[in-house]
Amino acid sequence: MNKTLELVCPAGNPAALRAAVEAGADCVYLGFRDQTNARNFPGLNFNRSELREGVQYAHEHGVKILLAINTYPKAGDQAPWHTAVDDAADIAVDAVILADIGLLDYATRTHPGLRRHLSVQASASNPEAIRFYRDAFDVKRVVLPRVLTVPEIKTLNAMIGVETEVFAFGGLCVMAEGRCSMSSYITGVSPNKEGVCSPASHVRYEQHQGRLLSKLGDFTINAFSDNEPVGYPTLCKGRFKAGGVTSYLFEEPTSLNVIDILPALIDAGVSALKIEGRQRGKAYVSQVVQAFRKAIDAAQSGLPVETDVLMGISEGGRETQGVYDKRWR
Amino acid sequence: MTQSKMKPIPKLSLGPVMFNWSPEKWRDFYFRIADEAPVETVYVGEVVCSKRQPFFDPVIGEVIERLQSAGKEIVLSTLALIMSTRESSLIRDLAADSEFLIEANDISAISLLRGRDHIVGPFINVYNEGTRDFLIARGAKRLCLPFELPATSISAIADSCWGRAELEVQVFGRLPLAISARCYHARSYDLAKDNCQFVCAEDADGMAVNTLDGTPFLSVNGTQTLSRSCQVLGAELSDLRDMGVGTFRLSPMDTDMVAIANGFRSVLDEKEEPAALTRDLQRQLPTVAFSNGFFHGVEGSVYRQQAE
Repeated sequence: MNKTLELVCPAGNPAALRAAVEAGADCVYLGFRDQTNARNFPGLNFNRSELREGVQYAHEHGVKILLAINTYPKAGDQAPWHTAVDDAADIAVDAVILADIGLLDYATRTHPGLRRHLSVQASASNPEAIRFYRDAFDVKRVVLPRVLTVPEIKTLNAMIGVETEVFAFGGLCVMAEGRCSMSSYITGVSPNKEGVCSPASHVRYEQHQGRLLSKLGDFTINAFSDNEPVGYPTLCKGRFKAGGVTSYLFEEPTSLNVIDILPALIDAGVSALKIEGRQRGKAYVSQVVQAFRKAIDAAQSGLPVETDVLMGISEGGRETQGVYDKRWR
Repeated sequence: MTQSKMKPIPKLSLGPVMFNWSPEKWRDFYFRIADEAPVETVYVGEVVCSKRQPFFDPVIGEVIERLQSAGKEIVLSTLALIMSTRESSLIRDLAADSEFLIEANDISAISLLRGRDHIVGPFINVYNEGTRDFLIARGAKRLCLPFELPATSISAIADSCWGRAELEVQVFGRLPLAISARCYHARSYDLAKDNCQFVCAEDADGMAVNTLDGTPFLSVNGTQTLSRSCQVLGAELSDLRDMGVGTFRLSPMDTDMVAIANGFRSVLDEKEEPAALTRDLQRQLPTVAFSNGFFHGVEGSVYRQQAE
């Protein structure tokens, strides 16, 4: 595996885009400021002219721009998604990241020259599924759902003839992506449709019998006593009661970090590493991208990788290799 | 528009059993469905966890035979999440030589069934007309829509679908909210997934998950997470029929599903009011909260009472 591993970095605004480019990103991924992308949070993302300027800036620095249009278009109102694809082609981004079959079909027919990546939100978790997207829509790269171990990824890469991109750092979906309606079950807004999971608009904190409850919609996601640090109520990182036991049933508040297993991922034949965090500020982006730039350069030169550089900025100060390690399952 | 307003003759279907019932219980359940339940279509097959499948292999033959003799349309449902090479070959074998219709719940099955009649299951993201049309062109003859869709989306997808493919919507049962590589049943017992001891079999209706203040919330069923509430679209049946939805799916719970099928059948045959169905369901499931919020475009956990 001699090819270069691309570092794909998040940008929620033009400042973060510049920070990512300066810190050594190979690609920056971003979205339009609307429901067409899966990080549709207030104050985030790009309008058309910001994207145009961002593409120009990135290209001047030899960096690619990938535009995520990765929610599922609304029945009866697909126009905003089609327009997003049209504008992506017009602005000449380097690729669009799509999840919906209908939208992939539209992009393939309307803009065959626009490079297409398959979003993690499509949850293509096996060779046959990936070949479907390759054959039907000439998808050049697949962002793998967080359900596969490193050996499984290696086996997969040998079978598909498509580049793969894997998540390397940041927030960690524990459910198969694009197939989870837990957040919409209690908030009414959906990751798949509206592009938001556990949205801040539905979060509240309440004092109750000496504890601080964090709530999402009408449901309590966690409770903290005085000496405990209070976390954000991301649904699948909450504490619940099942079978008489109170626990972080789905996952602890933790961050994914693959820096320890970088050589194994390179050996597995992945083409790109993705940093999660379009909702993060430029300082975060800068720090994480720099650390991964250094680590990838070291790993590709066969040098030892510095592994403890990001501990301070992980969610809850805890890290996991997630599903890449079989024991996680 | 006029075409899409034609009402298909309403059919009832029974979705696949999601839970890890013992093979005997599973077999007897289907035997009774075959003998007594007024459903036209029965979906059979393990959707959640490939490790469970071998337990049903010895009895699935008799189950299919009994359902066939009862004149039911039999559909084999595939796994919803396929990760290992072993799971991939299970799907390939099924797609290669099934004499029955297959419900594809993973894109790999959609891929393998190209050009043959098949059913698109509720775990495939069909959110709009674009995806609908692409899948119909490849051979989908029926689409069971994702439960998350609001009425407005179902209506838009049903529009101009008439005569090209049938539409199906789940109207009863827990909502399958998520699927994962991780087994939460095993995790809650401090077991590794590879050595899970099939603890999911302890909970015939999923393991109840409550919030810290005791509100019923979710049901864990191995790698699957369902709602604790039971979705009930009773008063909504006539709207769904008007939109052009022809098949109404009941998702099995550990209760008398024959009685539930009879209740829905009576409403579809206009022999009973939806309000009476709701009352009967409440009597049958006194400890279970109902929900219908997704259909009404709000939180899925909400139950919106219809004006009577």
